[in-house]
Amino acid sequence: MADGATASALRFRDDEPADEPAVSLDAFLDQPEAVSVRIEGGDDVRRLAPALDRLKLVEVDFPRFRDGRGYSSARILREMGYQGELKAVGDVLVDQLLFMRRCGFDSFAPDAPIDTAAALRALNAFDFVYQPAADVRVPVWKLRHG
Amino acid sequence: MYRYDQFDQAIVDARVEEFRDQVARRIAGEMTDDQFKPLRLKNGLYLQLHAYMLRVAVPYGTMDSRQMRVLADIARTYDRGYGHFTTRQNLQFNWIKLEDTPDILAKLAGVQMHAIQTSGESIRNISADQFAGAAADEVCDPRPWAELIRQFTTFHPEFSYLPRKFKIGLTASDNDRAAIKLHDVGLQVLRDADGQFGFRVYVGGGMGRTPFVAHLVRDFLPATAICSYLEAILRVWNRNGRRDNIHKQRIKILVHDLGAEEFTRQVEAEFAAIQPLGDDIPLAEYDRIAAYFVAPPFEQGLSDELDLSDPRFAAWVERQVHAHKQPGYAIATISLKPIGGIPGDVTAEQMELLADLAEQYSFDELRPTHAQNIALPHVRKADLYTIWQQLDAAGLGTANLDWISEMIVCPGLDYCSLANARSIPVGQKIAERFADPARQADVGELKLKISGCINACGHHHVGHIGILGVDRKGTENFQLLLGGSGAEDASLAKIVGPGFNEDGVVDAVERAVEKYREIRNPGERFLDTYRRVGVEPFKEAIYG
Repeated sequence: MADGATASALRFRDDEPADEPAVSLDAFLDQPEAVSVRIEGGDDVRRLAPALDRLKLVEVDFPRFRDGRGYSSARILREMGYQGELKAVGDVLVDQLLFMRRCGFDSFAPDAPIDTAAALRALNAFDFVYQPAADVRVPVWKLRHG
Repeated sequence: MYRYDQFDQAIVDARVEEFRDQVARRIAGEMTDDQFKPLRLKNGLYLQLHAYMLRVAVPYGTMDSRQMRVLADIARTYDRGYGHFTTRQNLQFNWIKLEDTPDILAKLAGVQMHAIQTSGESIRNISADQFAGAAADEVCDPRPWAELIRQFTTFHPEFSYLPRKFKIGLTASDNDRAAIKLHDVGLQVLRDADGQFGFRVYVGGGMGRTPFVAHLVRDFLPATAICSYLEAILRVWNRNGRRDNIHKQRIKILVHDLGAEEFTRQVEAEFAAIQPLGDDIPLAEYDRIAAYFVAPPFEQGLSDELDLSDPRFAAWVERQVHAHKQPGYAIATISLKPIGGIPGDVTAEQMELLADLAEQYSFDELRPTHAQNIALPHVRKADLYTIWQQLDAAGLGTANLDWISEMIVCPGLDYCSLANARSIPVGQKIAERFADPARQADVGELKLKISGCINACGHHHVGHIGILGVDRKGTENFQLLLGGSGAEDASLAKIVGPGFNEDGVVDAVERAVEKYREIRNPGERFLDTYRRVGVEPFKEAIYG
């Protein structure tokens, strides 16, 4: 359940990172060969549904850490079945990492660097959670009832 | 009442340690005040005019004597010997030091309490009918559902950086004692013909500077879908709510801008996407929680007779005691609104008395109410006299429930960094003007609500008489509003005319009340008369 110690670059995936720069949602949908997209706050990620197969990287921008739209974007993508890299970009702080992980983000590119040890401490601060989300954690009601 | 199991306790304990670390990092300068602010707010810690204020959650307004005694201890050790019950059934301490808060939260965790999500842009503590489990008019005890929703909304990863705060109100009665239509989401528990639970769902109510009565979006939602449905509501708002102007970011603004019909359509579409994921909490978990809320072992065959030969006791019973579903029992509401006092304030000694009374006479339950009083929900009628004697000796025997002096008043400029005017002194002057119980009895039910700024924490929009304090060119000015209600007949009060100074608004209230006495029909409350005749006769009486 705990996040492992391989988070040296705050990336929690084993595959090779996509090396193509991410383009805007409109550009991505216009370019059939594009594999990386950058989601801004007001973008509707459900527009990606027809293109999920070719998608390797989604960057979700956090212009201010208090702008929580990106959490919903991430969860909707995972609910749609997207399994590629989901990267939180921008004003990403250590105290937001846990909720972001739970919403399906598996890599982070914060504007200001985050100390890896502090990140792992924050990600593992809670042994139990109350609700299912886009991560593998089992909510306590399932633990209670088997 | 609910008891934590090892999972609940582990989560709350982990939260204390997380916040201890965050406070240490803030004090060490490792994060900015701007970065720290949402973290402390999600732990109930505000920075007020003079000090930090810590708001402790009392989930759905149910607590026991052990918890109340710890609050008294905190008041003595870390504050100035008192606390303040709020309009959302929580308790605030007004004089807290930042460096003490981790230890205070640890003390709270020791009695299964916390300050999680009592402020900030998060899903707040759920408020509920204070008579839950005792009232004769409820379809069931709503608190198991409240606890289930409490757990589901605690540290919800998708909805912890919302556009604004989000408040849920819950009742299981047609007589709405929880003001559910003035909440972001109001839920009424229903049972269908087969006995299945469901919710009537209202969205988009609220006060503040732009008041709205909530819209009905679902007449009967199967109860086991409540988590999916709440997620759908929250997601539509989280994605589409405004984030460019703090005064227009509540869900009520989105509902208003989209229209209730379009908002409902979007929620239903989102619900259709979320519900099939199978993430709803199963009925077995409801059953587990509900087992904590089984009725206490009431004595059978008790008499409903009451010796009312002491006239002061009789007056208290008449005002403060409500019918209980169990023969021989009653619900006693303790007024925290003594004439000349500060509404909702209690000293540590009073907290300890309340704890003792609850433990001895009310199956160890205390219920803070949204009107800032404390109800003892399960009292033998035979014990009422001794309870009243003890309350009276401690300055808690005031008999004024639903009368003008039993007002809601926000902390105002005496405490609050947002306020424009001192609301507490106005309330005290009005209470003193109407101090004579015979006069108040003659006036009857009259809900007075006073806010010291347009954020409306004193609920002036839903007062039968409301007062709003504003700043007018550097002087305090008080506007008078009439005709609001926060109950099942919810309505918003309207401003009568030009504002007044402090003494002027006290006189204006008195003139409005005297006008009502002059023109009322038999049996009419102030609000009924206002609704019958409209504002004009009152306006004339007030401005002449």
